[in-house]
Order: sequence, then structure tokens, then C-alpha cells
Amino acid sequence: MSSLSSITLATLTKDIRLEWRSKDAINSMLFFSLLVVVIFSFSFDPNAEESRQIVGGLIWVAFLFAAVVALNQTWARELRNQVLDAYRVSPAPANALFMAKVLGNFILVSLLESLMAPLFMIFYNLRALGPAWQLIPVAMLGTWALVVNGTFFAAMSLRTRSREIMLPLLLFPISIPAVQSMVEATRIILSGDGAARFWIVLLLTYDVVFTTACLALFETVLQAE
Amino acid sequence: MKRAFPIFAALTALLLAYAFYEAIWVAPMERTMGDVQRIFYYHVPSAWTAFLLFFVNLVASIIYLVRRNAKADAVAVVAAEVGVLFCTVVLVTGPIWARPVWGIWWTWDIRLTTTLVLWLIYVSYLVLRRFSESSQTPKLAAVLAVLGALDVPLVYFSIWFFRTQHPQPVIGGGGSIDPRMLHVLLINWLAFSCLAFLLCWVRYRLEWLERKVEEAQALESLLGDTVPSSQSAPVKLPPEKTQSSMGPQ
Repeated sequence: MSSLSSITLATLTKDIRLEWRSKDAINSMLFFSLLVVVIFSFSFDPNAEESRQIVGGLIWVAFLFAAVVALNQTWARELRNQVLDAYRVSPAPANALFMAKVLGNFILVSLLESLMAPLFMIFYNLRALGPAWQLIPVAMLGTWALVVNGTFFAAMSLRTRSREIMLPLLLFPISIPAVQSMVEATRIILSGDGAARFWIVLLLTYDVVFTTACLALFETVLQAE
Repeated sequence: MKRAFPIFAALTALLLAYAFYEAIWVAPMERTMGDVQRIFYYHVPSAWTAFLLFFVNLVASIIYLVRRNAKADAVAVVAAEVGVLFCTVVLVTGPIWARPVWGIWWTWDIRLTTTLVLWLIYVSYLVLRRFSESSQTPKLAAVLAVLGALDVPLVYFSIWFFRTQHPQPVIGGGGSIDPRMLHVLLINWLAFSCLAFLLCWVRYRLEWLERKVEEAQALESLLGDTVPSSQSAPVKLPPEKTQSSMGPQ
């Protein structure tokens, strides 16, 4: 167990250090979601009440697309210099690597969200009518849902032609219930009609189910060469 | 086995013709919907067949993951392909029926959405198979099939929260159906299942032959490469042997 957590920690620190020095992923994600915010607000131009109804969808679609940028480069980095092959033959548990990648992406996407959410609030004149603190668990569970499956599918699409297109093709259909839960929960909290509890529980279930499944199957995917 | 196929194909054709006759002429006219309702005899059996095939895909994928059995993988591909075909029929016939009866082509109802998401998942499964380059495609595809199956109940619950508009399932849903209609429905279901089985059979044979050809080509190129470099006579024997053994197949 200690080896699992120490390998996870070592890989995670390495990834964060690499990202900190290059800032490739975070910069492109930030700029990308900024563009989405601007384009959406041009094309809809909503008033405050309409914003509350639609912004849940806009914000999560923006984050979903932006997350794909980070997810795509998760494993690509390890292909250079055959790092992944070295990992494959090493006795280190596969799930330690997987958890490190998931946590790394989770931190990255959460950072993006905490930087972009205020911008959405400003551009769309948002003020939550429901309990705003609930947005935090929704965002955390939702991000985890995207990131855990995204990291897994990114590993799967490593061996495919045009893998950068492959990732969203695999990720989006499976993520439909998670995205719907995030969007509905956000809309309910912002507009204040009803309780978002059902959607938060559904998101939690989704996270538990897919985290378990990904951990159970990642070894197979990593060894598929 | 070779003779069984044309016999089965002929029987399926006859059964389909009979089922068509039953659906169009024999089944009683529905009181409120009229003739439009007859699409139900194609829609519902296609849906049952598609779901059955997706289930076969899941079982075959799990068997492949556990046993690494190449036949199970071939069954999984075939079931997914034919399943997507029947699911497409469901998604096309549904709106044709819905437009005159509900007045709308599409609604985000629980069964419609679940079927659509299922279709999307299996299309992504086929895309993965097509785009994957390594010899490990079966493994990755089987993993995706398992994850896709886990997704279905979650999709169902996420839409269950909205009001559902689709008619209740005709069997086991508490709805009442004229016994003559049920009879026609079951005949159509049998005919469609036979058709699905026939398609799977053809596709399975094709898939298996394709794999054999690929294997033979790989072997040939492998052995062909070694011949000029080593320049030795005994090495030439295996390619001839493999070619002759592959010939009749």
C-alpha cells in the first residue's frame, strides 16, 4: 500500500512539476474556455433569468471541451522515450500510475474551473438563487467524473489512429449521464427551483461506479500493446 | 453446416414474408391510431433484437476479458454491428410513428434517450474497433463494452427523473393488448430474430475468414522476409506448406 501511494505521489509530483514549468495544458485550456465563453455570450446574449437556465449547460460544455485538451496530453508525454513501456515492465502497480494521472488532471481541471467560473459569473450577470455552496460538490464530483473516464479513455485511445479525435468520441457517449447531472444540478442551484440532491447523488453513484470499473480494468488497458 | 445456411436463409425469408402479411393484413386496425400503429410490429421486435444483441456483445466481451477467447471477440464484433443496425431501425421507425401520433418527431423521453445513448455508445465501440491499430483491439473494445454497459442504468436513472411519454411496454408493463395483435407481434419478433441471427451468421463467417486471411498474410510476410536474408533452402518450406494448407479455406 505504501508503495502504491508513494508511486502515485512521485508520478503526480513529476507531472505537476512538468506542467508548472511548461504551462502548456493550462494555458491552452484557459484560452480555449475563454473563447467558448465569449462566443457563447455573443451567440445567445441572454438576460439574467435566461442565463440562469442555460449557463449550466454552457459552463459544463466549455469545461468538457477544455478538459479534453488536458486529457489528450496525459499519456502522450509518456510515449516519448518509451516511458510507458518502462512502466509496463516495471513491477509498480498499474493503478498507482492511473491514480496519479487522474489526480493530476483533476487538479488541472479544477484550477481551470476556479479561474473560469468567476468569468462566467461576470459575463452572464449570474447570482445563484439556490444554495450556492452546493455548486462546490457538484463541480468536484462532476470534474472527477470527467477526469476519471477521460484519463482511462485517453489511455485506450493511445493505440489508435488520430487519437486526439478518438478520445472525445469514446468519452462523450459514456459521459452523457454525468454531464446531464452536472448541468441539471447547476441549473437548479442557480435558478433556485427545487433541490439538486437527486443529481448530486446520481453524480456520486456515477463516480463510484466508474472509478471502480476503471481501477479494475486499467491493468488490462495498460498492458494492451 | 454449409447446407444449413441456405435452408435457414430460405426459412427466414418465408417467415419474414408471412410476418409482413400478418402485420399488414391480418392484425386488427388500432382504434385511435389507425394504420400508423402497424409500424409497431417492426419497431418493437427490432428494439428487442437490438437489446438482445447488445447483451450478447456484453457477455461475449466479458468472456473475452476472462478467457481471451478469439471466438468470443468475433461474436462481440458481430453482435455490436448487427445490434447497431437494428437499433438504427428502432430510432428511424420511432419518429415515423411519433409524428402522427404525438405530433412531434422526437422527445427526450426515457426510452428514446436510453436507446439513443445506447446507439451512441455502440457506434463509438465500432469506431474504436475501426481506428485501433494494435493487435490489442479486442481487449480495448471489450473494456469499452463493459464500461458502456455500466453506463446504461445510469442513463436510465438520469432520464427517469423527467416525465416519460413513451407508451408502457406491451409485455409486463401492465398495458393491455389485443391477443391477435400480440400474436402478430410475436411472429414478427421471431422473424426479426431469425433475420438477426442470419445476419450475424454471415458476418461471423466473414469476420473469421478475414482474420484467417490476415493471419496468413502476416505469416507469409514474416517468412517471406526471412527467405532472402538467410538464403537457405530449408526456410523456403514453411511458406509453401502454409499456402497449401490455407488454400481450401
